Amino acid sequence: MSPVLEIKGLSIDYGTGEQSVRAVNQVDLTLNRGEVLGLAGESGSGKSTLAYGATRLLPPPGVVTGGSVLYHPDNGEPVDLLRMTPAELRAFRWKELSIVFQGAMNSLNPVATVAAQLTDVIAEHRPKSTKTERMVRAAEMLSLVGIARDRLESYPHQLSGGMRQRVMIAMALVLEPRVVIMDEPTTALDVVMQRQIMRQLAKLKEQLGFSVIFITHDLSLLVEFSDRIAIMYGGRIVEEAPAVELYDKSLHPYSDGLLHSFPALRGPRRELTGIPGSPPDLRDMPVGCAFQPRCPKAFDPCGVSPPPLVRPASDRTRSVACYLHPSA
Amino acid sequence: MKFRFRLPSVKVTVGLAVLIVFTFVAFFGASLAPFDPSARSNDILQSPSAKHLFGTTHLGQDIFSQILVGTRSVMFVGFAAGILATVIAVIIGVTSGYLTGFGGEAVATLSNVFIVIPALPLIVIVTNVIPNSGDWAIAVVIGCTSWAWGARLLRAQTLSLRNRDFVQAAKAGGESTWRIVAVEILPNLTAIIASSFIGTVMFAVMTEIALAYVGVSGISEWNWGEVLFWAQGQQALAIGAWWWFVPAGLCIALLGTALALVNFGIDEIVNPRLRGGSKAVIRYPDGRKARMRLGFTPVLTPRTEEAGRGGR
Repeated sequence: MSPVLEIKGLSIDYGTGEQSVRAVNQVDLTLNRGEVLGLAGESGSGKSTLAYGATRLLPPPGVVTGGSVLYHPDNGEPVDLLRMTPAELRAFRWKELSIVFQGAMNSLNPVATVAAQLTDVIAEHRPKSTKTERMVRAAEMLSLVGIARDRLESYPHQLSGGMRQRVMIAMALVLEPRVVIMDEPTTALDVVMQRQIMRQLAKLKEQLGFSVIFITHDLSLLVEFSDRIAIMYGGRIVEEAPAVELYDKSLHPYSDGLLHSFPALRGPRRELTGIPGSPPDLRDMPVGCAFQPRCPKAFDPCGVSPPPLVRPASDRTRSVACYLHPSA
Repeated sequence: MKFRFRLPSVKVTVGLAVLIVFTFVAFFGASLAPFDPSARSNDILQSPSAKHLFGTTHLGQDIFSQILVGTRSVMFVGFAAGILATVIAVIIGVTSGYLTGFGGEAVATLSNVFIVIPALPLIVIVTNVIPNSGDWAIAVVIGCTSWAWGARLLRAQTLSLRNRDFVQAAKAGGESTWRIVAVEILPNLTAIIASSFIGTVMFAVMTEIALAYVGVSGISEWNWGEVLFWAQGQQALAIGAWWWFVPAGLCIALLGTALALVNFGIDEIVNPRLRGGSKAVIRYPDGRKARMRLGFTPVLTPRTEEAGRGGR
């Protein structure tokens, strides 16, 4: 599998100087072609910051302080998003990489029709396209996400929450980007709608062949729909594994806690434990492993220095940052 | 967590400083003045000098003393009228916004009527009718005629607050109308009240000066408008006596600016989004600069590229 987006050693701060807070700390993450990569973690673990920092969409006072984000086009040299000029970024966004934002259903402009908002982005990136072409494309996208074409002239308030979410997804896919980042796209929807949309996404992914970074705190959703899952805690990735393996046997105590926070529908009964305590204060991170104060399995080395993300000796296909699973 | 004392922004500090200076002058101006502002002397129409800082009038009066003494009247009328108008605006605006039915409509109509009444001519007439129109009378008249805009603003805001869930909950919980207005609604209006107060003070200052300038208010007492009245009457501009009207004009502009700056400060407290705006450019310890811009997060990689990578 070839990578399409490679994040290397990315660090992101909020603020500069003494008051700054490191929200993402030297994160390495690779998104392969045609893959759904789930990014999970509690609120404040840095998952959204990671996604927005990597795409340079973080509002002030966010600052990227190190690393590189390499995008590998289908043919040609990889490009570093962090070295792009604003003009290059503007051309790159949406054409190669698009985002479905958190609370996307409220991102639609209430006084513009769905058609106007869908064709806008085409007009921006393909100035030579005609109005008819754009409308045809917009209608095509709408039917792809399962909305009737006659809704093109609707205003957002005339659509239900699920339909608005689909419109946002259609908008993200309208230029056929290679990478789509979805930041909690289904959080505000009921579970039935969640499932419908996730199904549709999976289908669209097969049809159009894009890769997805899926950010959520709903691990159960990820287990079902993603190929690989990366778990974030305190601004670092603590575990990364194929979805099934992570669900069957999580190595990091934090992932274990997350997985034991929701019930399984099938299989043997598990005890729901949850994770005691609360996420770390980024201004006052614990020495050593960030999870160590809440960890039921903490032992001596945990309090000394943060464990590196390594491939454990037991299973070389995954990586984990925990002293319980050393690399050799 | 380290506690950090947040200084008010430069704008507010400057505005408050100027206001404090003017307030000080308002209190002690009369005793600080080197001359009696009305006393005539033989130094007629002199340009500024060490003896007469702002020069003299056609009667040999010291303009610096006139400005100093005149500050009290300006500040008093401004703030007294501002407080009065704000109190009326809060009462009228909140009641008309909160009450439904005939009562609310009647009060709203009243404030609408007051908006269309041309204030200045009305004030001119009223002050002429009142026999000895001192500062108090003028402040009351200005206050009673300038509350309508504030009331309208507060009414609109109250109308929107009234239907919020927390107000509905308080109502359902059986709280008294007074308590709902005072505890649930008024705190949400603080910002509007404060900025409408500042605006009214500015309006009152301008109105009082305009009144004095057209020669309405009691001539016996000095204020900046009075100085301008005499300067205008004696053709100060034509005879080149710029020192006669420039100091008064500058004082008016300065006071207006100070009030506007304080108003910005209130806006910044109420609307945190305005606060970050001042730091559009960030500087790193090694001297590099980066621009904060929405949609284009700055990248500040360490100079030695490899040192930053580290990791594993």
